Amino acid sequence: MSAIPAMPVPDPSPPAGAAGMTPLLEVRDLRMHFPVREGLFLRSRASCKAVDGVNLSVYPGETVGLVGESGCGKSTLGKSIVRLHQPTAGQIFFEGIDLATLNAAQMKPRRRHLQMVFQDPVESLNARHTVGDTLEEPFAIHGIGDRSWRRQRALELLGKVGLPADAAGRFPFQFSGGQRQRIGIARAIALEPKLIVCDEPVSALDVSIQSQVLNLLLELQREMGLSYVFIAHNLAVVKHVSDRIAIMYLGRIVEFAAADAIYRDPRHPYTRALISAIPRPDPAFRKQRIVLPGDVPSPIHPPSGCPFHPRCPHATERCRIEVPLLRVPPGTSNHTVACHYDLPWENPPPAGG
Amino acid sequence: MTAPDDTVLEVSDLITTFDTDAGTLTAVDGVSFSVRRGRTLGVVGESGCGKSVTALSIMRLLPQPMGRIAGGAIHFGGRNLVTLPPSEMLEVRGGQIGMIFQEPMTALNPVHTIGRQLSEVFLLHRTKDSGEALQLAIDMLRKVGIPSPEVRIGEYPHQLSGGMRQRVVIAMALACKPAVVIADEPTTALDVTIQAQILELMQALQDEMGMAIVLITHDLGVIAEMCDDVVVMYAGRIAETGPVERIFASPSHPYTRGLLDSIPRIEGQRKSRLSIIEGMVPTLSELPRGCRFQNRCPYRIDRCAEQPPLETVEAGHRTACHRWRELPPR
Repeated sequence: MSAIPAMPVPDPSPPAGAAGMTPLLEVRDLRMHFPVREGLFLRSRASCKAVDGVNLSVYPGETVGLVGESGCGKSTLGKSIVRLHQPTAGQIFFEGIDLATLNAAQMKPRRRHLQMVFQDPVESLNARHTVGDTLEEPFAIHGIGDRSWRRQRALELLGKVGLPADAAGRFPFQFSGGQRQRIGIARAIALEPKLIVCDEPVSALDVSIQSQVLNLLLELQREMGLSYVFIAHNLAVVKHVSDRIAIMYLGRIVEFAAADAIYRDPRHPYTRALISAIPRPDPAFRKQRIVLPGDVPSPIHPPSGCPFHPRCPHATERCRIEVPLLRVPPGTSNHTVACHYDLPWENPPPAGG
Repeated sequence: MTAPDDTVLEVSDLITTFDTDAGTLTAVDGVSFSVRRGRTLGVVGESGCGKSVTALSIMRLLPQPMGRIAGGAIHFGGRNLVTLPPSEMLEVRGGQIGMIFQEPMTALNPVHTIGRQLSEVFLLHRTKDSGEALQLAIDMLRKVGIPSPEVRIGEYPHQLSGGMRQRVVIAMALACKPAVVIADEPTTALDVTIQAQILELMQALQDEMGMAIVLITHDLGVIAEMCDDVVVMYAGRIAETGPVERIFASPSHPYTRGLLDSIPRIEGQRKSRLSIIEGMVPTLSELPRGCRFQNRCPYRIDRCAEQPPLETVEAGHRTACHRWRELPPR
């Protein structure tokens, strides 16, 4: 199990116009391996390489989308960024400081700038606290303001996410899924963070509620200058909110580019298959699906060489042996792909809607 | 219009109620549609619209004793399933009408092997010989694209991936060559690339076996790709129904329009404001009188306090809106 060499350049696909700007967040060669314990004495027999050498940057005011199927490591990466996991290796520079080296006490003052919104607001909200208490808690933890000031701030936050002031006295179960997600967002923005990691924030919501919450996230970003790491499996949703998109497969980024470029000009066979597999809400659009064979392999026993090779329609002997590094494909800029080949795209979707 | 002999399953004026602490709630209220041989009918709507309850009503699998079919008829093979004795319903269920559920892990029994569960279907409906049943099970697993089925029959559900499990569930649903298969969110729990595999498999099996599919989903993309006709449900009633091309090209109900406009499109303008449907689906205990969409509808008028009938827009395309003729062109 040889380690994958780190990339020569830390940030191979900066957003267009980022020259001279300092990224808010810079993840370098991040690895998050979990021990797999088996047998009578629960010895660690193997490790699950959930995140295996990821480089990623997020600039102020930018949204970076993380897309991939279950088990690709996108949620683990998100949780590692806000230090809900202690990464196995690598650096997480946030405003120039490596979060991976901080202990809990050193981490605490940074946490107010680094928040998370979870998929299921039922699980992430304390069922026995009123919404008002939940929203006041971040201020209390960080020792900001007195009680009446906090109460006032909680009411302002409710207004900001489109909930009535009387919501403060109620409990999470008295709200619908969409409203609970608004509460989760209100808590995340309470301390005026700089970066919010949103982990599948609309996946559990109905279609008509999904668009309300996406609009709210976009409004808050414009208003507060927030950066988002937006994790989802729905490529159409991610593309709508993101400036750049990273496609993940088995713990690694396989393609990273501007959101429009990922859709218009995907270079990795996996990205192409993902795009072709999205069911389009348009019966006139009878496209040719690229159906990948097999399942996503286990990150405990990843395939040799390119992790995508067992499912790739274009795999060669080289793919079975050699791990492809991220490189800038010809004819692009600010675009990286981890594939040995520059394959022609046979079935591009028609342009426009 | 539909030729009458083409219809394999006809739901007329179905009313399904639940007895709860809050009184009797009507989850499905006067729903009618017909399913045609070899075709796919989509039923789409948000949570609480009654789409799954409609499926459970057809299968007579409503939770007991709360759930009850309070009115209407479900005609299938010359019989009314609503009044069929339970013993005869056993033959229909799994024999002539198959069902595919959303979560294959809960649809399968975790303590029995795949082979035992699948051959049980054949033992119930096709043969008395367990050896023959097992052979039929192996053939069926091969048909749904499970590699080395002779080995897989000895495995338990947890040993299979989500996509493979859903293939097993599809094998069970199709084992007895049913005339109709009801698929309730069959790909919602699956990853995008696995969803593509399962949708392709369902289409291939339909081409081969000719069964009708009732596809229940919240995903308008899946509807557009798979269905011939579609029923759009809202709060227990049909808002609009018709051929899939017509519903997507010229939706004539404000709810259908709202749904189609609110989904982010991959080819759309990034970071633009999505159009929304205000408010949320009313709960069954506080439904408005008349049109159930009125409190969220931008075209509401006083007349919406009366229930709008399903009016014909064009052949096969019907909508339940008083103002469908006046809606602005899209």
